[in-house]
Amino acid sequence: MNMMSSARKKLVVVGNGMAGMRTVEEILQRAPGMFDITVFGAEPQPNYDRIMLSPLLAGDKSFEQIVINSLAWYQANNIKLITGEAVQDINRYSRTVTGEHGSVSRYDILLLATGSNPFVLPLPGVTRPGVMTFRSVADVEQMLSIAAPGKNAVIIGGGLLGLEAAHGLNLRGMSVSVVHLMPTLMERQLDASAAHLLERKLGARGMNIYISANTESFDGAGDNGHVQSVTLKDGQCLKADLVVMAVGIRPNATLAKACGLATDRGVLVDDTMRTSDPDIFAIGECIEHNKQCYGLVAPIWDMAKVAADHICGVAQPVFSPVAAGTRLKVSGIEMFSAGAFMGDKSTEDIVLRDAARGVYKRLVLREDRLVGVVCFGDTRDAGWYFELLKNGDSLGTLRDTMIFGPATATGDPDTALAALADSAEICGCNGIKKATICNAIAEHGLTTIEDVRTRTKASASCGSCTGLVEGLLKLSLGADYAPEAAKPMCKCTLHGHDEVRRRIKNAALKTIPAIMQAMQWLTPNGCASCRPALNFYLLVAWPGEYVDDAQSRLVNERMHANIQKDGTYSVVPRMWGGTTSAQELRAIADVVDKFSIPAVKVTGGQRIDMLGVKKEDLRAVWQDLNAAGLVSGHAYGKALRTVKTCVGSEWCRFGVQDSTALGVALEKATWGSWHPHKVKLAVSGCPRNCAEATIKDFGVVATDAGWDLHVGGNGGIKVRATELLCKVMTEQDVMEYACAFLQLYRMEARYLERTAPWIERVGLKYVQERIVDNAEIRTALFADFLYAQKFAQTDPWAEEASDKTLGRKFNAIAELV
Amino acid sequence: MDGMRVVENFDDIGALEDIPRLGARTVTTTLGDVAVFRTADDTLYALRDQCPHKAGPLSQGIVHGDSVTCPLHGWVISLQTGHAMGLDKGCTPRFTVKVENGRILLASGVIA
Repeated sequence: MNMMSSARKKLVVVGNGMAGMRTVEEILQRAPGMFDITVFGAEPQPNYDRIMLSPLLAGDKSFEQIVINSLAWYQANNIKLITGEAVQDINRYSRTVTGEHGSVSRYDILLLATGSNPFVLPLPGVTRPGVMTFRSVADVEQMLSIAAPGKNAVIIGGGLLGLEAAHGLNLRGMSVSVVHLMPTLMERQLDASAAHLLERKLGARGMNIYISANTESFDGAGDNGHVQSVTLKDGQCLKADLVVMAVGIRPNATLAKACGLATDRGVLVDDTMRTSDPDIFAIGECIEHNKQCYGLVAPIWDMAKVAADHICGVAQPVFSPVAAGTRLKVSGIEMFSAGAFMGDKSTEDIVLRDAARGVYKRLVLREDRLVGVVCFGDTRDAGWYFELLKNGDSLGTLRDTMIFGPATATGDPDTALAALADSAEICGCNGIKKATICNAIAEHGLTTIEDVRTRTKASASCGSCTGLVEGLLKLSLGADYAPEAAKPMCKCTLHGHDEVRRRIKNAALKTIPAIMQAMQWLTPNGCASCRPALNFYLLVAWPGEYVDDAQSRLVNERMHANIQKDGTYSVVPRMWGGTTSAQELRAIADVVDKFSIPAVKVTGGQRIDMLGVKKEDLRAVWQDLNAAGLVSGHAYGKALRTVKTCVGSEWCRFGVQDSTALGVALEKATWGSWHPHKVKLAVSGCPRNCAEATIKDFGVVATDAGWDLHVGGNGGIKVRATELLCKVMTEQDVMEYACAFLQLYRMEARYLERTAPWIERVGLKYVQERIVDNAEIRTALFADFLYAQKFAQTDPWAEEASDKTLGRKFNAIAELV
Repeated sequence: MDGMRVVENFDDIGALEDIPRLGARTVTTTLGDVAVFRTADDTLYALRDQCPHKAGPLSQGIVHGDSVTCPLHGWVISLQTGHAMGLDKGCTPRFTVKVENGRILLASGVIA
């Protein structure tokens, strides 16, 4: 080297943030006095901890507390600090850097640490006062100048930063709404289950969370007035005195690009943190290394070490990113994720859900090694998991118990239960202690969960401690304990249908993920067997409140048509009581011609079936049928299918009552209702029973004296004739009994159980006790049915035809031809 | 310096949000429909839209975990491998699909 001792090399750092200054610290450690150091910072402050902006906003920290390098530190280390001056130009030939106010510095080594810029959505009104990003102390100051109790803040983006901003402004007394594009919050850090818990927790703090929500515009007075509201694409309007955009960051590579360095998304660097110019290094959020950009601090600290080694020439390490963990800095919400927590084709999951404590843990394993972790609600063991993940050691026997944390990693759950103190609370809802349960088992000779529930109330409410109570029975009775064999719904759960329905009501579970979390489902999102069942149970339990989940519907109910063996569909319009008109028939004929529908057939339920309709024609077919007044016949659903009638006293010489009119009235009252299985009704006008009412789920047969009501019949593989429920006098009675019967079936039969096997299981007497003998129960069931129908009686065809997604599900996403 | 690499052509077929989570959409191609599935954790898979059993449209099935249940007769097909699961035997061709910057890219070549 040809360097005089007095002429030290000049190091210029562009960017006075965490990455740049950490590198300078590393350099000073390795080779104090080796460089004359000049630092340019665009912001007026010395280097502060950007991660701590959230606590600064929330009022948990002051600015002084988040400063990392004070002005005194720069002086002590002979660093020339130029703040408030952004660099304008880098000249690689003269090796000079020029600031916007004219400062010029020559360099031998240049370090770019220009960080990133918050992404700004290019939406109407984005330049209005009050619309800002969240990146700097200046942003926080601006937010605090607007924030005040009672004012409204809208946060665009439900990621890590957005939720921290939301939390801070919430603590400042603002009414906070979070608008998030994706269906779950923090999708880059959390899987769907943990995100669901987070959403619930934030909701409980009074935040309004809008997921799958797209922002349309920021509105206010005139073109440049302060923002007053945010309009979403679906038309909703949210009041806003302050809008914070936290929708991601983009590496700031502008300077690098301008001086001709290789850039892509960020400044391209090799494994030594060198850019395409060997005298220029880059580090932090502005870089791109192996197609990867970085926003978390841990890998950036690693970069600083690598860059410092090479800049000082003391070692030749290479940067290889290791897994980083994330924690949400929102007090009272414990959450941690690290590594490949989403899993992929080569991984398997160990999942623990402790519903009572709101705890969810998911460990992702690949070939006996831990590769990903999500913890929500309890992060005490997060550090231990993170170590296991970083070490990448083979797990061996640890695997069986590691989900319970390091403390129990050697024991088994039964031992842990046995070790619990007698005073330990088992049932949180009813405050039942371990000793109380064990004593009751011994004293009264209890042998089943039901016994324990009746005697002590333990696990009788929300039921989330059922597993623990079972464990205590097992400990007390030893080999004598034979758990009741309730058949699980499917392989995704240990619970039977009845237990699931009980928990939905008692623990107010209102979504499929909520059920899966509370009842400790064994699979991440169920299967084609349990999901449709859960969707139905929720629909019945929470009418008007539960939002139907299309992805948990079997194909026919999702497409509102019957899939045929060649993948086409059949379409059956409703014909009330089997009646139709010339106008309807003409419309059907026109549709058949227009769409070249290959087959038309009359069904057993007195309807007309158009077979072979192509998926992409379905919407247009419905539009034409709707125009003629025809609506969906639900011939595809676990739903009220048809009310079959004979012509009755109006035309038939034997008819004794107007069966057609009653059939039409019944169908008008019951159409649109969802059931455990398909449901068919029929009304015959005399005992000759031409409508075949005695092989229907609910059959009505006229007599001279009134009406006979029959239940529990069906055709099909195992033909079953109905049993007589009772005899009634008036049409109003028929209506009330029919609706009450259907509601009882909806509420108590298991999914895919038709009325016949249901009645065989519970007994006709059980049904009669509720529908016939007890008027109070009957009228209550009738009222429940009518209430549910208020939300059920919308024509799905008309809904699809006017759907905003323009019938996405019926069309190909793309054509590659 | 690397060995020979097969160059794959990718077509942009739409945005990730165009497919609902736990759902699927089809792509019309000269070789028949391809079903593109999106799992709960946003992994995408692409299979020929035909069940190996009786050619049922897998795109219309219920997606759960990394599998889809065929809407016609309930065969469960692994989205990762295209193979029927359990005791059923059969396989449907897979296609390479990936997401970049929120766009779905489908490879034109069959890989299995």
